[in-house]
Parts: sequence; C-alpha cells; structure tokens
Amino acid sequence: MQLFKSAVGRKILMAITGQLMVLFVIVHLLGNSSIFIGPNGINAYAEHLHSLGPLVWVFRLAMLAFVLVHAIYGIQVSIENSTANSAKYAINTKLKRNFASENMIWTGVLLIIFIIGHISHFTLRITPDVAAFAGQVPGNVFGMVTTSFSNGIIAFVYVVAMLVLCLHLFHGIQSFFQTMGWNSDKSLPVISQVGRVLAVVFLVGYSSIPLFILAGIIK
Amino acid sequence: MSDHKTMTLTLNVWRQKGPNDPGKFETYTAKGITEHHSFLEMIDVVNEDLIKSGKEPIVFDHDCREGICGMCSQVINGVPHGGQERTTVCQLHMRKFKDGDTIFIEPWRATAFPIIKDLVVDRSAYDTIIQAGGYTSCHTGGVPDGNALLIPKPDADYAMDAAECIGCGACAAACPNSSAMLFTSAKVAQLAALPQGKPEAAKRVTAMVDAMKECGFGNCSNHYECQAACPKGINVKFIAKLNREYLKAQFK
Amino acid sequence: MILDGKCPTGPIEKTWDKHRFDLKLVNPANKRKYTVIMVGTGLAGGAAAASLGELGYNVMAFCYQDSPRRAHSIAAQGGINAAKAYPNDGDSIYRLFYDTIKGGDFRAREADVWRLAQVSNNIIDQCVAQGVPFARDYAGYLDNRSFGGAQVSRTFYARGQTGQQLLLGAYSALSRQIKAGTVKMYNRREMLDLVVVDGVAKGITCRNLITGELESYAADAVCLATGGYVNVFYLSTNAMGCSVTANWKAYKKGAFFANPCYTQIHPTCIPQAGDYQSKLTLMSESLRNDGRCWVPKKKEDLGKHPNEIAEEDRDYYLERKYPSFGNLAPRDIASRAAKEQCDDGRGVGPGGRGVYLDFSTAIKRVGENTIKERYGNLFEMYEKITDENAYKRPMRMYPAPHYSMGGLWVDYNLMSNIPGLFVLGEANFSVHGANRLGASALMQGLADGYFVIPYTIGGYLATVKPGTVTTENPEFKKSVEDVKNYRDKLLSINGKKTVSEFMRELGGLMWENCGMARSKESLEENLKKIPALREEFWKNVKVTGAGADLNQDLENAGRTADFLEFGELLCRDAHHRNESCGGHFRVEFQTSDGEAQRDDENYCYVGAWEFKGAGKDPELHKEPLRFENVHLAVRSYK
Repeated sequence: MQLFKSAVGRKILMAITGQLMVLFVIVHLLGNSSIFIGPNGINAYAEHLHSLGPLVWVFRLAMLAFVLVHAIYGIQVSIENSTANSAKYAINTKLKRNFASENMIWTGVLLIIFIIGHISHFTLRITPDVAAFAGQVPGNVFGMVTTSFSNGIIAFVYVVAMLVLCLHLFHGIQSFFQTMGWNSDKSLPVISQVGRVLAVVFLVGYSSIPLFILAGIIK
Repeated sequence: MSDHKTMTLTLNVWRQKGPNDPGKFETYTAKGITEHHSFLEMIDVVNEDLIKSGKEPIVFDHDCREGICGMCSQVINGVPHGGQERTTVCQLHMRKFKDGDTIFIEPWRATAFPIIKDLVVDRSAYDTIIQAGGYTSCHTGGVPDGNALLIPKPDADYAMDAAECIGCGACAAACPNSSAMLFTSAKVAQLAALPQGKPEAAKRVTAMVDAMKECGFGNCSNHYECQAACPKGINVKFIAKLNREYLKAQFK
Repeated sequence: MILDGKCPTGPIEKTWDKHRFDLKLVNPANKRKYTVIMVGTGLAGGAAAASLGELGYNVMAFCYQDSPRRAHSIAAQGGINAAKAYPNDGDSIYRLFYDTIKGGDFRAREADVWRLAQVSNNIIDQCVAQGVPFARDYAGYLDNRSFGGAQVSRTFYARGQTGQQLLLGAYSALSRQIKAGTVKMYNRREMLDLVVVDGVAKGITCRNLITGELESYAADAVCLATGGYVNVFYLSTNAMGCSVTANWKAYKKGAFFANPCYTQIHPTCIPQAGDYQSKLTLMSESLRNDGRCWVPKKKEDLGKHPNEIAEEDRDYYLERKYPSFGNLAPRDIASRAAKEQCDDGRGVGPGGRGVYLDFSTAIKRVGENTIKERYGNLFEMYEKITDENAYKRPMRMYPAPHYSMGGLWVDYNLMSNIPGLFVLGEANFSVHGANRLGASALMQGLADGYFVIPYTIGGYLATVKPGTVTTENPEFKKSVEDVKNYRDKLLSINGKKTVSEFMRELGGLMWENCGMARSKESLEENLKKIPALREEFWKNVKVTGAGADLNQDLENAGRTADFLEFGELLCRDAHHRNESCGGHFRVEFQTSDGEAQRDDENYCYVGAWEFKGAGKDPELHKEPLRFENVHLAVRSYK
C-alpha cells in the first residue's frame, strides 16, 4: 500500500503515531502530577494502573508499535532527505526553520535513548538507585521516585531529556496538523503557537517533579 | 540619466565548469552600480568586464526579467532569490544592498537539480512531476461552454492563488530536505479546487507525489522555508491541501 | 510576383467552415507515420504540439528555455479576447472581426481575421476545461473587462497573469502528450537553420545549448512558433532570449518576410532609468481602464511633485484628443500621443520621457481596495522597479517596443511560401495588420495552435508521403557544416567590442530612426549605418568561450548577428511603405491633426520580402488586400 512507501503516506503515519504519543505524554504528565498530592496520590495511581492487568500490556505493546513506526520512518525519511539535499550553501540563512525543526531526527534519537533508560529505570528497576524498591512497587512508587530524583545527576539527565522532548514537540505538534491537512492559512499560526506553548508546558510540568524533589519541597 | 551615487560590491560567485567539476567560489568586484540596477543587471556589468578581459562570463539562467517566467535562479547570501518578499532575482534591485557589501551567489542546490554550469541547474524534474498528472485530460475541442460549470469566486480565487506558481524551483532550493512539496501541492490544489480537475484528483495526487520521490526530492517536514523563499508567496496551506487530497485518495 | 493567400471565397461567415470541409484529411491510422517539428512552445507552439500529438502525429518540440512553461507568452498580463458576448453589450463574432480589422488599420486579411474571431469562443472553453482559473463573479460566471480599441467588454482575464495561466494550460496539455509519448520535448535547443530538400521544408539544425552540439532533426513538416522580433530595438518588453533567429534562418532559406515594419510600441511601460538597463517592463493595458494619462500643461510645473499640480493645470491629453475612446484609445495612438507630449517638452521624470498614469480618480470612486484587487500585482511590480508607491502618486509611463505584427508570410493555411513550413502565432504576419489590439495576441496564439494548424497541417500532410527524408540526406550534413562554420567564425574574430555593445548600438539606431516615428531621412540614415555596424561587428566583436559548451555569449552573438541583418530589412520595408498605418508612422504622411494617413490606393497590400543572397537587395512581393466586408475607412477613435 502506498501509505507505507510514499513521501506523503509515511509522513501521515508518522504524524498519527506521533500524535498518539503526545496524547500519552499528556496522560502521563497528569498521572505523574499526582505526586504533588503526596505519597498516597501517586501510589494509588500506580496501583490502579497495575490493577488493569492485561490492558496495561495491550497499551504497552501499542506504544511500542507507535514508537517503532515513528522511529523507523523518521530514520528512513531523514536519510532520504539528506540524500536529496547533499550539498549545502556557503551561507546558512534561516527563513522559517528553527533549531527544533532542523533537529527532529536528533531529538528523536535522544528521546528513544531516554525512553529505554526511563523504562529500565522506573519500570524494570535495573539501576542500583532504585533496585531496592523492586519488591515494593507498586506500593511505594513515591519512595522510588523521590529517592531517585534526590540524586542530582539523575534529576539533571531527566530535565535535559524533557528539554529534548520539548524541542521535539515544539515543531512536532503543529507539524501533525499540517501533515494531516487539518489546518488553514489562518489557523496554522494559531496551531503553531498552541503547539509551542504545549511543548513548554510539558517541559515545565515534567521537570517540576525532580526539581521539587531536589529542592526538598516534595519529600 | 544615471544616478550620481554608485556602489562597489564584492561578489563571491560559484563557478563550476560542468556537472563533474567540483566548482569553487571566485571573487569579483562590481563597480559603478546604482540603486536602480536590478541584481541581474549588476551581474551584466561584471560579465561585460569579464568578456573584455577575455574571460568567460558568469553563466546564469534568466529570460523575461519581469518576474514571471521562473527562469532566474540564484541563491543570494543563502536565500533563493535574495530574500525580498515575493520577488524573483530579476526583480530584486540594488537599492536593497549597501555600498561595500559582500554578496555570495550560488546556484540552486538540490540533488534533483544537478548543476549544469556556474549558476545554471537542470530543473527538468519539475516538468517530470507535471507530466505525471498536473493536467486535466481534456481533448482539444469537444469541451463544454466556459460557463457550463459555474465556479464560485472564492474557489476560482483559491485556484488562482495556487496557480501563480512560476515553477522556478526556489521552494526545493530553500528546503532543508530539498522537497518539492510546495511546487507539487500548488498544482494539485489548483486542480482539486476546480470542478474540471476533480474527476482525476485522486489519481493525480498519488502520481505526482510518487513522481516527486522518483525525481529525488526529499520529504516535507513542515519547515515552511519554501513559502518564505517563494517569489510568488505560494502558501503552505496548499501542502496541507495536498495532504488532505492524498489521504482522501487512499480511501478511493 | 503577386502572392496568393489562398483565402476561401464566398460569404465571410462560411469561409472557415467551408474550408475545413474542403481540406484533405489524414486517416487516423496513418497519422502516426507523420512527424512534425514544432519550434517554440509558447501559446501557439505549445498548443499546437499538444493538439497535434493528441491527433496522433509524432511531434518533436523544441524550445531554447529549460522548460516549455517559460515561453514569453507567460508575460502577457491583461487578458484574452473572445466574442462570447456574456455581458450582453452588443458583442458578436462580427464585431470582434470588425474591431480587429479596423484596429489593424486595414492591413490584414479579412478571411484570417474572421477565422480568428470565430474560434475565439472555443479558446475560452478549452482553457476553462484545462483548469485555467479565469476571474469569475460571485455567482460563478466568467468575468470580463474592457480593453483598448473596443467599446465592449470582451476580455477574459486571470488577475494580471492571463498569459501565464493560458501558457500553463497549454503546457499542461503538452505535458500530458509528452507523458503519452506522442510529443518528444527538446529543451534548451536553439534552431539555427531550416533544412530544405528539393524546395520542401524537411527539418532543422539545432544547437544543444548545454553541450554546444549541433543536431539534425528531420520531419514531414516544420512549424515555427518562434515569437516576435522587437528585441531588434534592444530595449523592449520581450524576454532576453527572444530573437528573430529562427525566422531569419527560414527567410534565408527562401521564406518570405512580410511587413517587418509593423512593430507595436506599447504605451504603458516603466520608463528607462539608466544606460545599463537590459529590458523594459510593461504595465498591462488594463491599467488604462482606471488610470488617466496626463502631463502638466505648463512646463514650469515639470519639477513639481505630481500631486501638487492643480487639476486645471493637468492635460489629460487622451481624453482631450479622443473623447469617445479616451484613455482606451488603441496602443499605436496612445503611444504616439505620449511621445507627442514628451516631444513638446512636457514629459515627466528622468530625461523628460514619461507621462503620468493617474489612479487617484478611480481610487476616489471605487476605493483603494478595489484597485488593489484589480491591479495589486502590477502596483507591486511598479514599486519594486521604481521604488514609488502608485497608490500615492501617479505612475510614470513611457512607450516601449512590445510586439511585432510583421512576420513570415503565410497563406490561409498558415503555410509559408516554402511547402511544409508552417508559421504560427506572433512569428507569422497574418491577423493583426499594422497594429494589434490589446488581448489579441493570446487569442491568436491559441487560435493558431488549438484550432487552425491541427486542420490545415493535415491538408498538407495528406499530399506528401511520410518519412521520405531522413537526417542522412546530404542537405542535413551541409546545414550542420554551414552552422558550424558560422559559429567558428563568430568565435574566431576576437575583437574589442562586446556583443551587447553592438546590440545596444543597433537598438539605439532602430529606436531613434525607426521607432515610433519614421521619416525617409531617418530610415536612409539607418540603411547606411546598419550595414556599417554589421561590417564592424564581423571584424571587431569579441566572443569568449568555446563552441562545444554552454556559452551564452555565443548565443547572444548569433542572435545579434541576425538582428544586424534583419534591422536593415525592417528599415527597408519602412522606407518603401510611403504611408502611415498602425504601428508604422511616417512623419511625412499624417493628417493636419497628426493622425496616421494611409494610402489605400498604393499600399493596400502585404509587402513580403524575398532573400536573394548575401549582399543583394531583397525582392518585394505583394499580396493585395481586398476588403469586401469592412469598408476601408479612416480609422477614427475620436
């Protein structure tokens, strides 16, 4: 089918999978925010998720598929794009493109690395800082997170990763609407702005957790 | 008639003997340029000097010199057509530059636009894209009266906005991915907006998108660099329209 | 020799229908055995190549640009005429026919013009079917505007880019045929010779502009749709690459050149700003729908800002001289009127060569937004070039060479006197007489391409056996050899002056002595100076680079060499025609109030020149013009 091969088809698939992941990012942020309520908040949230049983696995497999589709096509079209544009200009003048839009492939690669690390960290718990909590989850997610983020390096890496996510979505959210054709010349600038604001909200929202923990506000 | 004030400029011009020559920048001085010179007339002046000194003039594409034929194609200081809004190189005037400026002049750079010589590139890929479906399959003669199908003014205006494309190649030259989506979408959108183009809309959009890829153009990643560089200001809303048409075509 | 246009006889309304029926046909199965060469792919050539390809002929199409979409037809702004009579204002095929004959100052063939008017309506339908986005009203109907030389609204338009849209329509039809394999497109080729075998046109020699290689192409018929020659004035509204070369090479192979002195000077172009200038930019005639031409009445007002000159001190000279047509007087008349004002010392802008085209009245009447909607892109273009805002102060305008009504002689079938050589569009001389009306060039190009040549070429091809001559024929080898020698000669001179210096000099002579006003003396001066300049060219021109390479200097040198020969023929024709008509204005022949004075008794004919060899005078042949439907009258727009 053309959708899986053509220039536009693959972008559409990337847009859809990307946007589904953005929805996940929103839900995930809302879930994480329960940490602000205190230990009971996030622990209850985690237990509720675990009680869903097989549904969690359906969800995990779907997310894996989205990541794979998005990443494989992303790498494929990026290689094609650099072949299509093999010679560069002596003077690099940017008219509309920006750092975020130009580095989607690199922010994408970093995000994959982060996702692997993040899952190993908080889901598989194979890193030493959280290994001790292996038996307590989902009972004590709060303890795991606060302990882990009390480590400045881990918190720093996490915040940097959220910055990368922000950059990726800074361009990605409005790009989705354009690729789906769900915009007009009038709505495009508005969608762009909303997308950028949303990306920054993610950055602030996600980063606030480790920062609050480091600052000792959440303990 | 000529102005008293003149400018002297330093030009770094891409010179390349042929498709296989690596090419390099050569530096020239343009003297006695007034603010009323067009950019190409400024190069004419340099070329006259080169010819007189027995050197080969800078080769560049140009024809109508009134901004409509789409032949002229130079990247000036990294921007196709020089960066004045809605302006081709031939309509760019030297009043946009200052005495003593250094200007870099390069050809379109995209794998699908191989360089022929100096600033001249081969843009036949754009013809190939149109040949893939950028038309209505009507026969000469045997068509209904022009008023037989009414076209509301907003639709006619929308089609005209898209049809303004001059096929110069600046969109692909400006695109970091060398994508020809703005060009392709302008034709797709024009014909999809008109009742005469609707019967073939699905076939057209898939064929033209495929032709674009086969020609070696990259994929659109929504930088919108194309619209900013387009001398006719073709809007990226036509790319969105192409995407819609493409999606629609998948369910036909 | 008295030339015969082979026009059908009988009632004019029936001529084309009757002729179409009388033409022989080529059986559909046989069409693919015939090959047709199409040189030039603008409106006429592009439309013709597409239509012939669709009919089943093998077509080889050639253009010097990198794509057929760039032909200079693209620059036409205002519109295209058709006798649709949609506005219910009294238009008809007959009226379009009448206006065109009269607008051409009674120097065109009635039958050809009738046919043009008749097929004009089909053109609009064809273009609409191709997806040309003509302007429409809110109900969805096609919109019309008025244009010079007509009192009805019959001009269809697509913003200020009608030529572009029509060309892209023809280009899309052509692209469809290229895809289908019926047309093979050869871009970046310049025709440098016509190959004639036993008196019949059988092919061309081209230079591949990328490699410099000389290539031969053979066919059963050759069509030239190679445009006009007003670049002989150096500064004109034509594209830089427009030249007389293809026509001139055909002329030198025996094709007659008709009425070369009929050149159109367009009244509204942006005045020249300096000596370095490479071309002039036209502002659509449609601007005269809302713009009013004026110059100051008093010379002492010349230095003032135009807005400071009081209403009563302005001379709206077109409205004064031609009250019924006013600012919509035909081009030749409007141009001469502008020149008159400037010659009188009341011209504005640099060098006093300019008149104002003022929109303030229209802006007051309909508002700036409406004017912006109508002409926005033109105002924008004007500002880019002049750095002046025409919404705030009037535009400055001056006439500039724009179109050539003359061209290769053709009969009613568009075939030249060389069998097998057809000439289409601006390249032929046929329908505009001595002056072309606005919005008629697009009409002619598409009429010839879509609706005339597909019929008439069949009538010729049905009489010849296909594929009898190939490029192995010695005439092709000889042609390539001649072109090669000519090229090598240009490259070997290595003199001191550049090609463009010669071209500027020739253009200056043509404009001064053979431009908007011509006299016996000025023309005789040119007939002396041009051969001298030509001689100097062949001794002292400097052409750099190699023959076997992309070499624009060499391309220009070849075109200039041809203009240096052609300019003399143009002056010779102007010199022989002792009358004023349309775009040909001889100062000796004018009425007491300065209007053109025709001499129907002695000059009511087409003057077609035959090449008799280098250094020999060309021979004049005449085709008498008969007016049976429109009575010869003094052309008045008062």
